[in-house]
Amino acid sequence: MAEAKIKPLTLNFGPQHPAAHGVLRLVLEMDGEVIERADPHIGLLHRGTEKLIEYKTYLQAVPYFDRLDYVAPMNQEHAYALAVEKLLGIEVPKRAQYIRVLYAELGRIANHLLNITTFALDVGAMTPILWGFEEREKIMEFYERVCGARLHAAYFRPGGVHQDLPAGLLGDIRTFCETFPKIIDDFENLLNENRIFRQRTVDIGVVSAEEALDWGFSGPMIRGSGLPWDLRRSQPYDCYADLSFGIPVGKNGDCFDRYLVRMEEMRQSLVIITQCIDQIPDGPVHTPNHKVTPPRRSEMKQSMEALIHHFKLYTEGYHVPPGATYTAVEAPKGEFAVYLVSDGTNKPYKCHIRAPGFAHLAAMDYLCKGHMLADSVAILGSMDIVFGEVDR
Amino acid sequence: MNTMDQALRDLGEQLRDSLPEAIAAVDEDRAELILRTDGAHILRLLSHLRDDQSCQFTALVDITAVDWPEEEQRFEIVYNLLSVKQNYRIRVSLRTDEEAPVPSAVGVFSSADWLEREVWDLYGVFFTGHPDLRRILTDYGFEGHPLRKDFPMTGYVEVRYDEEQKRVVYEPVSLTQEFRSFDFESPWEGMLNAKTNALLPGDEKAEGEGKA
Repeated sequence: MAEAKIKPLTLNFGPQHPAAHGVLRLVLEMDGEVIERADPHIGLLHRGTEKLIEYKTYLQAVPYFDRLDYVAPMNQEHAYALAVEKLLGIEVPKRAQYIRVLYAELGRIANHLLNITTFALDVGAMTPILWGFEEREKIMEFYERVCGARLHAAYFRPGGVHQDLPAGLLGDIRTFCETFPKIIDDFENLLNENRIFRQRTVDIGVVSAEEALDWGFSGPMIRGSGLPWDLRRSQPYDCYADLSFGIPVGKNGDCFDRYLVRMEEMRQSLVIITQCIDQIPDGPVHTPNHKVTPPRRSEMKQSMEALIHHFKLYTEGYHVPPGATYTAVEAPKGEFAVYLVSDGTNKPYKCHIRAPGFAHLAAMDYLCKGHMLADSVAILGSMDIVFGEVDR
Repeated sequence: MNTMDQALRDLGEQLRDSLPEAIAAVDEDRAELILRTDGAHILRLLSHLRDDQSCQFTALVDITAVDWPEEEQRFEIVYNLLSVKQNYRIRVSLRTDEEAPVPSAVGVFSSADWLEREVWDLYGVFFTGHPDLRRILTDYGFEGHPLRKDFPMTGYVEVRYDEEQKRVVYEPVSLTQEFRSFDFESPWEGMLNAKTNALLPGDEKAEGEGKA
């Protein structure tokens, strides 16, 4: 009897699936329960951010960055603010740099809390998400106290940060830093030696350091594979060069190692935050160049020039010298970068957003091939995908 | 802040000497090294950058395009590479027009796969030798390339759920308010335009030939 060729079963995973982390439509070609090909269809959350930014002034473009990776909004703004500052050639005061780093690290904890807990939920652990979101809410409160919004901050602006910290905030963040390690310990007690969690993650989605580079991975995805690459250390921006912190690396490059890397990164973020609180200097929180940042309210009541600066800044904005820059930051998910092209006007000529999740998801087919259907959920969870930034 | 590392500058010189036919120019912009090449030499240059011991740009982190519609070769394709070993970034750029395809870099870097699909989708630059050049970010059945400068920001079609037909329908865009795009070029301000040093931006409006 001639061997009959069996057509692989095509399975639609998403776009409305609890484990799809948003709106991923994954078309899977299955041989029984083994994945032969995974074809992610993205773009269901495409909002045309890059096109919209071309029609906005440099200042008006800031809030779009909160809406990319909405899990850690300030880290995206950081990349954009640094890119515009590089084109303008301005320096940011030390206090603003410390505030930015402080909040970038709070964002990292908020991001990892969400990722680890939902990842655990995807592979069968209910409890972490209930505990994690309570802590996440505290970080959201810190966001709210500094900029008035829980998520859409628009706080890091070219030239510094929008406002100084309110009184008493640093003390409360310090209290959080003292209580939070206990929560990380609790997570580790629940997950590290958990048999189900280990069976679902160890040796799943293994990627070597060379493959990770070839696919353009970054962040915990590359550190999980044993490469100690972190932009905060290797290409330091703002005040990271003045701070000491560790960079955790994994050994095997599987889902479990990526989880461990994120856990340790949260502890290291606490170390950075504590240092920031100890070392933060007094002074202005944005550059004194009032072509780029607003003048003080009290000055505007007295000085005609300050009034003109304020009016010009919020209507016309500022003109940025022509040129292009590729500026990257170590966002919680990996290398988040902005390729910003200026033609000398008050609007960006082009603003390309390099999202870490895009590169990670591109390797989905490569990572899933030969794995079981249930493993694709674990791989997806360990990639830390948020569709706001992948689809832009 | 904006001064380039001497070692990176030396690397640019060294690359120009070792691949004179592939590198048309070596530029720097705000401490970033830029190599200008063309479509015929891009793959050779990328392979060299990846494999050469003094470069080791083993990660292609980003590909994008910039549209300059008034120029003959309107698209500038930009490749951003990263060397983890040397801790350098480098930018490779080439020009192409609407017709001329660019060879695909998928054979050199796996990460080029989706990045090139994105450039194809948003700019309509064709990559030869790409295994699966489909649209990626836009809707199924979308027409046009939205990041081109001649594509209107509001697009051409809008969607809504039709209660009678019980499905999502596509209709031409109708704006309830006129699209506002303000002209901020001021004839009174002495800022220098990079392209035309002789004429200050907005000067043409003083003659009454521009917008009334």
